[in-house]
Amino acid sequence: MYTEKVMDHFQNPRNVGEIEDASGIGTVGNAKCGDIMQISLKINDDEVIEDVKFKTFGCGAAVATSSMATEMIKGKKVSEALELTNSAVVEALEGLPPPKIHCSVLAEEAVKAAIDDYYKKKQA
Amino acid sequence: MQKVYLDNAATTLVRQEAIEAMLPVFNQSYGNPSSLHSYAQDAAKLLEDARQDVARAIGAEPGEIVFTGGGSESDNMILRGVAKAYAKKGRHIITSAVEHHAVLYTLQAMEKEGLIELSILPVDEFGSVSPAVLDQAIRSDTILASIMFANNEVGTILPIPALAKVCKAKGVLFHTDAVQAVGHVPINVKEMNIDLLSLSAHKFHGPKGVGASYIKKGLRVSPLIIGGGQEKKRRAGTENVPGIVGMAAALTHAVAHMDENARKETLLRDKLMSGILSSIPDVKLNGHPTERLPNNVNVSMRFIEGESILLLLDINGIAASSGSACTSGSLDPSHVLLAMGLPHEIAHGSLRLTLSEFTTEQEIDYVLELLPKIIQRLRDMSPLYQGGK
Repeated sequence: MYTEKVMDHFQNPRNVGEIEDASGIGTVGNAKCGDIMQISLKINDDEVIEDVKFKTFGCGAAVATSSMATEMIKGKKVSEALELTNSAVVEALEGLPPPKIHCSVLAEEAVKAAIDDYYKKKQA
Repeated sequence: MQKVYLDNAATTLVRQEAIEAMLPVFNQSYGNPSSLHSYAQDAAKLLEDARQDVARAIGAEPGEIVFTGGGSESDNMILRGVAKAYAKKGRHIITSAVEHHAVLYTLQAMEKEGLIELSILPVDEFGSVSPAVLDQAIRSDTILASIMFANNEVGTILPIPALAKVCKAKGVLFHTDAVQAVGHVPINVKEMNIDLLSLSAHKFHGPKGVGASYIKKGLRVSPLIIGGGQEKKRRAGTENVPGIVGMAAALTHAVAHMDENARKETLLRDKLMSGILSSIPDVKLNGHPTERLPNNVNVSMRFIEGESILLLLDINGIAASSGSACTSGSLDPSHVLLAMGLPHEIAHGSLRLTLSEFTTEQEIDYVLELLPKIIQRLRDMSPLYQGGK
């Protein structure tokens, strides 16, 4: 049902955890639907994502898409991370079953929510 | 790697006795039972012997058994067939919120088609139906109540004799989907006042794609499948003779060894249940603690989701199942767990482990050793989990 890449990221998730004193944290989804993703970012003065961590409540695809999304934005400029799309995450995972595409959407939204939070904190 | 199969509520291995009974039917006694020649007579004899065996296993008479293509077909046949045959008497049917989809979706479809009016009874926290609630739901135009014998997800055994008695007193037919119960717990349709019953071979170590409907003598059930005159015109289509022979062999064996298997499975079930509850925090047992199938364990693990548990178990050779939404293809978790009052997030974390007579204590020990580690690993990844580190 899942590609080898998805299973690899599910079994060996990259960047699991939570950053203390994060520059921005985004949490999307809800327990009722069975998926929650939380992404925390550490962003430096050059607007580069120095570190990123995730925590996910959800299925194999939810864990794998979060893991892949963190890998794809780590070390990137915030402006580049904002361009991350769910289809890029799906592509990087070499595909997801159709009912699991919503997980990749959630991963994209979690990244954007974390960056939003960073901008809000910066303005405050 | 060790392999452990704990998904016996989904399907079971076909036992050797059933395989051996079936083999000669494929290439020796392969005649069509409806034909005239000796090949046909051999097959017809096998068919009628099997009918006797299946009837005896549930306390019925051979003439009350109709062979079908499985539990879902039996449910569809009985529900639609009774509604049609008794339409003049009334059009109200009662069922419960925890039925298998073969019953629930069929009745809901019939309601949408304008064939019946449907009442769906609520269940208690264990997934059981109260006879008093059933009694109150019966109307003057109620023709049938369909309530499962034992729940396929949480294993709770329902109070069938009491429910059937309520129906008998009010002249309402009583059907039970006994797919999970036949061959596992004692059933006697006469003593229990059951009018109609569905069973399926692959849940008791018989082959897939074959089952039976018990229809009490004198009751009318319009056929679902029309064509030839097989099964006394109650179910058209050449009988699956090898499958039926295999079913009869498996059921005969299951009934003969029911007590010893139930004792053995109950011991392992209780070891697994108490082992999980004592070694993993924030776990809830689903279903009745004692009034449950000897082979069913169903627990909800808080803060994590069922499919993730299944994947990690599978990587380690353990086959199980879950009521989480991710395994059902919809956004909602198990209708059974929700009907029992579980919140969505706890229903998503459910895990069902179902044993068989072939399950060993060593296998249970392996699961008990592995499961706490898997649960902790997923919890450490969960934003809902605050414990631990």
